[in-house]
Order: sequence, then structure tokens, then C-alpha cells
Amino acid sequence: MKETNSSCSPRKLKVKRKDRLAPYLFISPWILGFIAFTAGPLFLSAVMTMFDWPIIGTPSFVGIKNFIDMFTKDNQFWKSVGVTIKFMVMFVPLNIIIALVLAMLISKPLRGIGIFRTIFYLPSVVSSVAVAIMWGWIFHSEYGLLNYALSLLGISGPRWLSDPSWAIVAIVIASLWSLGTMMLIFYTAIKSIPKDIYEDAIIAGASPFRTFFSITLPLITPTLLFNLITSTIGAMQELSLVLLLTRGGPVKSTYFYGLYVYRNAFLHFKLGYAAANAWFMFIIILLLTLLIFKSSPLWVFYEHEVSKENV
Amino acid sequence: MKTRKARFGNTFAYLALILLSLYFIVPFVWMFLTALKSEAEAFAYPPKLFPAEFRIGNFVDAWNSQPFFIFLKNSIIVTVLTTFGQLISSSLVAYGFARFDFKGKNICFMILLSTMMIPWEVTVIPLYMEFKLLRWINTLKPLIVPAFFGSAYYIFLLRQFLMGIPKDFEDAAHIDGANHFQTYFRIFLPMMKAPLILISVLNIMTVWNDYLGPLVFLNSRDKYTLPLGLAAFKGMHEMQVIPIMAITAIMIIPPIIAFAFAQKHIIEGMSGALKG
Repeated sequence: MKETNSSCSPRKLKVKRKDRLAPYLFISPWILGFIAFTAGPLFLSAVMTMFDWPIIGTPSFVGIKNFIDMFTKDNQFWKSVGVTIKFMVMFVPLNIIIALVLAMLISKPLRGIGIFRTIFYLPSVVSSVAVAIMWGWIFHSEYGLLNYALSLLGISGPRWLSDPSWAIVAIVIASLWSLGTMMLIFYTAIKSIPKDIYEDAIIAGASPFRTFFSITLPLITPTLLFNLITSTIGAMQELSLVLLLTRGGPVKSTYFYGLYVYRNAFLHFKLGYAAANAWFMFIIILLLTLLIFKSSPLWVFYEHEVSKENV
Repeated sequence: MKTRKARFGNTFAYLALILLSLYFIVPFVWMFLTALKSEAEAFAYPPKLFPAEFRIGNFVDAWNSQPFFIFLKNSIIVTVLTTFGQLISSSLVAYGFARFDFKGKNICFMILLSTMMIPWEVTVIPLYMEFKLLRWINTLKPLIVPAFFGSAYYIFLLRQFLMGIPKDFEDAAHIDGANHFQTYFRIFLPMMKAPLILISVLNIMTVWNDYLGPLVFLNSRDKYTLPLGLAAFKGMHEMQVIPIMAITAIMIIPPIIAFAFAQKHIIEGMSGALKG
């Protein structure tokens, strides 16, 4: 093994082959894991969409019946799609705007700003179970802090989690709590903008609002694109908080699509049907991502373009 | 004039910061205060901010009311083993992608990145069947074993770091007669300390907090992890607010410590990943 690989040609060949093999050995854990835990299941789940697949007993082939049933016979499917869209429309813009505002605030060179950065990020490091428990207690209709605070302002608060029209708002409020990661991503983008650009603007007498809309915002549009995609996908997949806070209720007003898939699989044990539900979601996610990407030339500015414009 | 304007701006910023932090901090404070209250104080209206005495004993009572020690033990097993697995496998794979040129590298890396887009709902059903076939359901294995095959996000983060190291390091090691594995192990692994701390902390936080994985793959109480045990406890005893708050407080301490310890690494790691 330790011999020097100098002149002897067959040995040299051998060493070369070993060299060629080395990178594959290094990535082999991922290849094996990919086959066993991603590609295999992905393929199986695609096959399952065409079967009536109970948890016990033999699966039977049904073709595209699962999809037809889903679109034409299952009321809950469309209701869950509707609820999820409603959630997305409320959640995604607020998520982006609040995360961006916080990121702007914590990138100011103020004393003690690190403390605020930590406070804003703190909810992102705790379990969804803890989030649900803390907010469940805040939302409590009789002893909850929120309704007490509202009563001090002369507002009689709703019965948050047991009111069909307010439960989804409560889920939005609790979900927004964990926007720390998105805030940090914006923060690092803002921090990477060269300082001299701002100095020019200040000399030119631009107001803070003007500076934000004509310098900061255009320069962070690539990050905005990334956050828009992750936030939208995250909202479509929301499951933990509805499981823990409302269990889909009251009167299925928070029966999100993620919960619908989960219940079809692990409560009603319609595995093939649930696989079809999940693939529908997957395809929508792919299409939405594609749509956001395709629209990006209209509003995303990459650095080289901006500098070209300036010249 | 200018400084007055700036000072006004700063005051405004502080005001906004303080108001906004209420939203993020009040649920934590309220949870801790409730955990220390008596039953009557917790359910008082109007709510009492502070308890008459801080009942530290509430934490002990809550801890003993359920087999939380077993849940804790399971959580620790899963967290420690997955972190160990991720450190080994993700760093090996990242090294393979970052420091070699080989046939199919780009396509493999594209596949790796795109696996991050696959929703959990799509793979969880076949995974459940797969683990059932292996007789792994209701064991900790489904939560542990996949970590030994790396995770796309961690591989990506480590690769970004490794790409930035000059080629000279391998050349020097090869001249000294080290093989590829030795080069990885003796030269590169020590250099990867910072990103390895980052992925350890990210993994500890993710696995310690995980609720859906244990929910699907575990079904008997002696296998529960802390989040699952706490959620089950809450489900059974909705009205026992004090012990629920006490256990929640205990459960969130480790990730908060991990974060405090690695805050710098997390922010720097994030900016490193974004640049790529």
C-alpha cells in the first residue's frame, strides 16, 4: 500500500482507478440514503397514487380514480384547498413585510441592538409544540392574556380558537411568531450592501423612505425572491400548529391541506388516496415555484445589472 | 439640525423595537410566570401578573406527573446519535462534492439540492411502510438512522465552506503520501470546526424540537420524545395549565442554550450559504 507509485505502469493504472473511485466513496452515504429514504419512497408514492392502498390487506389498482375522486367527489379536498389559500394570502405578505421591517431595524447601528436581534429570533429555536402551548394559553378566551389586553382597550376579544372566523387568524398570529430565520436572511442581505452607496444617497439628501425604496429594496430583491418562495411553500405545508392548536376545527375552519393529507393517511388509512393528495400538493409547489421564478426578471435586480445601470 | 433629526430617528427606532419585542417575548414571560403560579392565580380574572410566591416546586411536581424522564432519555438518545451521524456523513459527502471533479458531479449535486423541495407529505407515507417492513415502527430507528446518510441542507452548507479552501492543501498532503481519506480526516476536518459547530447546533435544534416525525413513527408512550410526550400530556389534561407550562419551560431551555452558544456561527453560516 505504501509503495511509491513511480514508473511501473500497471500499478499506476490501479492508483488512477482508485483515485477515480474516491469521490464516489465520499458521496456514497448520500447516494445510499437518497435511494433508501428519498428516491425509493418518491417512486413508491407515485405508484401508490394509482392504487387503493389500505394499511392492512392487498392494494388494488384503480388507475387515476384517486385523482378523479379528489377533484369531483371529495368536498373536503376543495374546502382544504380554500382554507390553505386563505391562510397563504394572510400569512405570506405579513411574514415577508414583518421580517423585512425587523431586519431593517436590527441592521441599524444602535446600542443594544444585539439583544433585540436575539429576542426576535428566540421563537424560532423552540419546538412547534412549545409554540402551540404558549399561544394556546395567550388565546384562551377566558383567562387569556390577549383578550385581557384587548379589554383594557375597550375591545371584547373573540373566542379565538373556538370561533370559526377567528381561528385561522390565531394560527396566522402564532405562525408569524417564528419568522426569525427569514429576518436573519434579510438581515445578512441588507448588511452585505456596500456602505458607500448609502453615503452618496445621504449626501444627495434622500429621505430614509426614499433610500429604502430606491436603494435597499432593489438590492435585496434576490433575497426577497428566495424568501417569497420558502414562505409560500412553508404556508402550503403548515401542519404542526393546526394539529396542536385547533385540530382543524372549529367546524373545519382550519382544516389545512397538510392536515387533510395527514388525516387521510394516518387516521383514515387511505394510503393511496393520501399519496395522490400529497402529489397534488407537490405539483402545485413546483408550479408555484416555477411561476415565481419566471416572474422574477420583472422585479428582481441582480447586482451586475444594477451596476451597469449606474454606469 | 442633522444630529437632532438622527436622534429623533433613533428614538423612533427604539420605540418600534420595544413595541415589536413585546410580541416575541410576552408569550415566553407569560409561560414562565404561569408555571410558577398556584391554580387560583393561574385562573384569576383579571389575570395576576406575578404570583404571590414563586412556586419552584411546580416544576418538580410537573416533571414527576408523567414519565418525562423517559421522554427526556429518548430525546437525548435521538439528538446525540443524529448529530453524530450528521457530522460524519454530511462532512464526508460535502468533501466529495467540494474537493473532487468526477463524472456526474453536477447532476448529483442538482439532485441533492432539489430533494430539499420535496414536501414531507409525499415521502412520509412510503417511509412509514418501509419502516413498517423493517419492523422499525415504534422504535427510535426511523428518527436516527437516516441521519447517518447525511442531510441535503447540511451537505450544502459544508460544501460552501469547503469550496473556499485553496487547492494547495491537498497537494501538500498528497506529496506527504496521505491518501484521500487521511487528507480529509487530518487536514480538512480540523479546518471545518466552525461549520461543523453550526450544523451540530442546527441539528440539535431541529431534532430536539421535532414533533411530526415522532408523531408518525412512534406509538407507545415509553418511546415518546419530549415534544411528543408534552403534546400527549396537553391533549389529555387540557386544563392542567401549570404543569404544562412548567414542562414547556424545561423543554425549551436546551435549544435556547444551544442558540446562545452559537448565535455568531448561525448568522455567519447563513450569510456564507447565501453568497453561494
